[in-house]
Amino acid sequence: MTDSAAAVTNPQANSGSSGVITLDNLSVSFGRRPILKNLRGELRGRAIGLLGPNGAGKTTLIHTLLGFHPPTSGTARIFDRDIRGDAAQIKSLIGYMPERDSFIARMSCVHFVRFMAELSGLPPSAALERAHEALFFVGLGEARYRNLDTFSLGMKQLAKLAQAIVHGPRLIFLDEPTNGLDPPARQRMIKMIRDIRDSGQANIVLSSHLLRDVEECCEEILILKDGRLVVYCNLEEERKANKKFLMLETRGDLKEFVTAVNALGCECAVTSDHRLKIILQAGAEIRDIYRLAAESQVQIRRLTYKRDSLEDIFLKAMENGSQTGDAPLLSS
Amino acid sequence: MAVLERAYKQYQGPQSPLWSRFLIIPRHAYRDVFRSKIFTAFFALSFIWPLVCAILIYLHHNVEAIAVLKINVRALLPIDAGFFETYVIVQGTIGFFLAVLVGPQQVSRDLTNNALPLYLCRPFTRSEYVVGKMSIVVILLSAITWVPGLILFLLQSYLEGWSWFADNIWMASAIFLGSLVWIVLLALMSQAISAWVKWRLAARAALLGVFFIPTIFAQVINEIFQTRWGHIFDLRALIGNVWSGLFGTFVRQVGEDREFRNGRIVATVFRTEPPLWASWFMLFLICAFCLWLLSRKVKAYEVVK
Repeated sequence: MTDSAAAVTNPQANSGSSGVITLDNLSVSFGRRPILKNLRGELRGRAIGLLGPNGAGKTTLIHTLLGFHPPTSGTARIFDRDIRGDAAQIKSLIGYMPERDSFIARMSCVHFVRFMAELSGLPPSAALERAHEALFFVGLGEARYRNLDTFSLGMKQLAKLAQAIVHGPRLIFLDEPTNGLDPPARQRMIKMIRDIRDSGQANIVLSSHLLRDVEECCEEILILKDGRLVVYCNLEEERKANKKFLMLETRGDLKEFVTAVNALGCECAVTSDHRLKIILQAGAEIRDIYRLAAESQVQIRRLTYKRDSLEDIFLKAMENGSQTGDAPLLSS
Repeated sequence: MAVLERAYKQYQGPQSPLWSRFLIIPRHAYRDVFRSKIFTAFFALSFIWPLVCAILIYLHHNVEAIAVLKINVRALLPIDAGFFETYVIVQGTIGFFLAVLVGPQQVSRDLTNNALPLYLCRPFTRSEYVVGKMSIVVILLSAITWVPGLILFLLQSYLEGWSWFADNIWMASAIFLGSLVWIVLLALMSQAISAWVKWRLAARAALLGVFFIPTIFAQVINEIFQTRWGHIFDLRALIGNVWSGLFGTFVRQVGEDREFRNGRIVATVFRTEPPLWASWFMLFLICAFCLWLLSRKVKAYEVVK
């Protein structure tokens, strides 16, 4: 696993030779307050997750890519177009679903989505047609003639999604798309996001603090903390990797045991006094672990398979990030 | 994306021209504006004065009508610069009240409902947004000011003949320019107030206040300092000077005050209006200030420092 300071590249290309989003030492400050600090990376996935605690800079990163805030230093590219110089071209390729309530007052839903489509460059007749289609797609077909002021929170979220996709963008930014949705509505939203992702017609950047949402939809994740990139993880590769993750509960002194496991070529991390996490490499077997434990006078009280979940990655990133600036991470 | 398929597809069709996208805003705004019956009625009534002027112009050239009326309409109401200046003043006043009705809610609603990110995440700049919002007022006021004004001018030219048209073409430019200056000023002021005052009624009151309160202030200055330079703070006086300047009726010296002592004049103070360039300059400053106010507020997100 690369650390935050190194350039991050996913060899699994989704679109030609260049990434969807390329961050080139991107920094953003508001006055004297640095918000994003030297972000570097190249993202190619169909769906990219953006995670981080509150105040990490997720929304600021999205706003910078959208051209709302100018970078203080460095730059970024979207589909090989520089955000500093080609902002108008980039905006014609992207759609944005804001986190906060955003709509235009005294408009019906179809009128609102049509208006947004026209602003994106569609002629009026095409805009009207696609507005109807987008609203049926998101499930607001029956309510499309109602005023937006009368919509529930869940319906407003769907209306926001409809205006983000009506003009058929290549890259869609979704900022907390499941905010305020009840479980069935959340499921529907996640399904729609996956459908858009699987259609192959658009890439998605999903910013959320809900790890389940990101885990269900995204292939790559970026974790930000205090404006820095602390983790890049390719979930697709993680899922495909044929690794055995073991969780051990032990008794005894672990020092010698850990050294022996590392000598075997396996990665090992002590999570608490008597708990260990081991990633078995190819060629190593569980009986080897038992043998080493016996030789080191360590009792194995429990042994379970445990694949690193996104929650583990996230919590470790937060822990490592708070200890040192660029701590290396467990997952690869 | 066909309804039957219900799958996400990119749009591959033609795009609308970039230069005309700002017109999307007024086109959609008028659906809401003309929903108000009061406004629609007021807008319809604002064409009464142009209609009256057209009738007067017609009467000037209808011999039978003059004979029936038994009055010399030509002497009573000459169709000259003063006639068209009066027209511009009356329609400009009506336009002010139209701007008060329509202008103040345009930007404030978008700010209240956090709609600006939706505009600005698209290939749509802040300038286009401001011009689009201004166009709502500009188009409406143009429809009741310089457009019928030029039609009246052309009607008069048609009835008088080509030589009258050639001699008085400058009046057409005065009608157009005088109306345009007022329209742009009202559009900028209403949008700037709308951007800073969120509540519609308060914004309307602010627009009325900006127009009337400086008038009182200007009068106070004029009385205290025995001058007319207080008018540089008075929007009514500024635009009035600009209009009279365009129509050639501007007079700098408008009065004099004499001080008597023992039955003799010991001092004379001439009251003069500020020069025309001062009125133009003040209007320009006001427009620039309104643009600056708009640039401060029209942003996708406001950064709290």
